[in-house]
Amino acid sequence: MQPIIETKQLTHTYSAGTPFEHTALDSVDFCAYPGEYLGIIGHTGSGKSTLIQHLNALLKPTSGTVLFQDADIWSDPKITKRTRFQVGLVFQYPEYQLFEETVYKDISFGPKNMGLDEKEIDRRVRSAAYFVGLRDDQLEKSPFELSGGQKRRVAIAGVIAMEPKVLILDEPTAGLDPEGVESILGNIREYHQAHNATIILVSHSMEEVARSVDRLVAVNDGKIPFQGTPREVFRHGDELEKMGLGVPQLTRVFHRLNAMGVDVDPSVYTLDQAKAAILEKLGKGAV
Amino acid sequence: MALKDITLGQFFPGNSVVHRLDSRTKLICVVLYIVALFLANWFFTYAIMLLVLAGSIHLSKVPPKSVFRGLKPVLFIVVVTAVLNVFYTPGTHVLAQFWIFTVTLEGVERAFFMVVRIMMLISGTFLLTYTTSPILLTDGLESLLGPLKKVRVPVHELAMTMSIALRFIPTLIEETDKIMSAQRARGADFESGSLIQRAKALLPLLVPLFVSAFRRADELATAMECRCYHGGEGRTRLRQLKYKTADYAALFLFLAVTVGVGVLGHLGL
Repeated sequence: MQPIIETKQLTHTYSAGTPFEHTALDSVDFCAYPGEYLGIIGHTGSGKSTLIQHLNALLKPTSGTVLFQDADIWSDPKITKRTRFQVGLVFQYPEYQLFEETVYKDISFGPKNMGLDEKEIDRRVRSAAYFVGLRDDQLEKSPFELSGGQKRRVAIAGVIAMEPKVLILDEPTAGLDPEGVESILGNIREYHQAHNATIILVSHSMEEVARSVDRLVAVNDGKIPFQGTPREVFRHGDELEKMGLGVPQLTRVFHRLNAMGVDVDPSVYTLDQAKAAILEKLGKGAV
Repeated sequence: MALKDITLGQFFPGNSVVHRLDSRTKLICVVLYIVALFLANWFFTYAIMLLVLAGSIHLSKVPPKSVFRGLKPVLFIVVVTAVLNVFYTPGTHVLAQFWIFTVTLEGVERAFFMVVRIMMLISGTFLLTYTTSPILLTDGLESLLGPLKKVRVPVHELAMTMSIALRFIPTLIEETDKIMSAQRARGADFESGSLIQRAKALLPLLVPLFVSAFRRADELATAMECRCYHGGEGRTRLRQLKYKTADYAALFLFLAVTVGVGVLGHLGL
């Protein structure tokens, strides 16, 4: 399958030529496929935020290219602009970007910048608000009156309203209570299914990504040491821990069992997989 | 990322002789240096000042390139000063004349010295901020202005306000960068359009920035109160300021230079 977005030998250096020079990304080859739910994991400062900001043309590569639908996004200003709209990026703590008088106006900021007509803007704002679970009467409120969790929904709706083909979310659940985490992850899943969009979820919570994604990419020190299905990535439990990333609790139990000499598959991360692995180990007769 | 490259008043961590000097010494030396710079008025005295500046930069181990980069933002002022001086200095040696403009030898000389003076003034003060952390700088200022407390000048409060302001400049720059990126991701355009359009485009940046600045101020005030901050009275310091031999040497040197340049300048050298 053709990737919808990919980077080739992408390198980014901050403050080049000063004592603060820092290479955040080093020859990274990354890709995401249409309709895929992809997870990016990496600890703070690993380069994951730099990577995602390249995907929607907010940062210009120091060297290397970024391709969106097979076109180099920096080859033509028109393509750069189109990429900004088709690759939606929700930043960490997006509630701090709200600025309008009403929730409705804030959500419509993106679609308005796209140059859509009134009717289309209205449809998009309402459908985005519906996706993130905002009620109609909240649309006319000031975003500054809402609670933290609701503000975040508004901000996410502001990006969803542009109906991007690729939706990137940087730690969308950081600082929310468990209920808030569940509902936001649910909203994202719904958007994924309804629009058949590519979702890129950046997180450092293994439990969170493991449950949602089809494929995982680990970022460390500006490079991608492993990628694959969650099970393939979690097989590298020890290396992940060295990078400062935990594996899900269940995976850790199975890694420990493995280290103790029990021959079980160490890559499991859900209860069902764990059950299957144990049953396989004990043999069918054990049930 | 252009915002991050602002060097104005940026601290360059290091451990050179200049870095280790007491911040009060450096403040006094900079004041003496500025005074001397205004007393200098001909090649010889400027050469002495240039030597002092070059020596200080060398001792500080700050790359000279970074010192000069700091001059970029004031280039405009320098150019305007030079142009005004060239055209508006009356003199007897006329070099060129057209329409209502007259260029005299005196004008060119004066413009030259003016430009050199401004550039040296700025490089010198930059060296102070490059080699002194903002906290030490305000500590030094508070200590130097201490006597003013007697006449009820709220020196401690001023110094605290200043150090908080300095402390939050990088934070606010980072925040601006982040909000700008977030709005750009929603299609905001900060670079093109007419002046009015551009001013309007700043709204999505300024509103969140102000909101967050107020939020931060509020949180900081609470945090300070929680730690029983109640002003300067009876407050002790983690870093005690103390003059050492190097400080006396530096003070003596700068005083000597200032007096020397003053005398020589008076003689017209």
